[in-house]
Amino acid sequence: MTNKEDDKEIKAHLKAAFPPLQDTELRRDLWPQMLRKLQEQPAAGDHVPWFDWALAVILSALLIVFPGAIPALLYHL
Amino acid sequence: MELLERFAAGDLDAFETLFREHQKEVYAWTVRIVRDHGIAEDLTVETFWRIYRFRARFDPAGNFRAWARRIATNAALDHLRHGRRETELPEDLPGAGTADPAVLLETRSRIRKAFFQLPAKYRLVATLALIEEEPYDKIAETVGISAALVKVRVFRAVRILRKKLQSLNAEAIAK
Repeated sequence: MTNKEDDKEIKAHLKAAFPPLQDTELRRDLWPQMLRKLQEQPAAGDHVPWFDWALAVILSALLIVFPGAIPALLYHL
Repeated sequence: MELLERFAAGDLDAFETLFREHQKEVYAWTVRIVRDHGIAEDLTVETFWRIYRFRARFDPAGNFRAWARRIATNAALDHLRHGRRETELPEDLPGAGTADPAVLLETRSRIRKAFFQLPAKYRLVATLALIEEEPYDKIAETVGISAALVKVRVFRAVRILRKKLQSLNAEAIAK
């Protein structure tokens, strides 16, 4: 069997194994759940936590002291 | 002040109005990706939580629906990356013709197993393109990649599935 025929067969099996969902209707109002989440975790907007700033400062200092680490850091990003 | 402007300025009433207008649509999109109603409900709330959190980044002149769908897709992708596997579908799915039903069920079970092993980014586009049959350009817009890259990911997903199936079949024969 060629790869193309094989691919068609895989797609057909995939569709049979995961038929498109018929019922995608939301059954209840999620606003109370949303409100609870908002109360538990008040949105901070674009506020950056102090820990992230500290991490950025430490990383910058390390890169100034060890500039050879920059390519390695870029590779892992 | 318009609704979207009030929302972007942090007005909770405006957010509630938008939530009530769009929750059904966000849920319907999410459930097609994660295929579990409970998880889709949680992810819908998570999506609107992100929407509210990043409201300052939204341009009130922009398309809220498209923005919400993109955030919902990212939330679903995060779930596929880190969450548990989707609920298994029942085994008694209708047969596809004359083939032996036992063989068909076995093949589908292997397909599901192989599908759940796909990397999340491939599983996402494969679900939307191959199962839900969404057009590539719509997937591209919601995932935030080009239509060409969607095509590449679908192609790779099928290729990985084929390899995994071959190895699962070989394992089954060896048993």
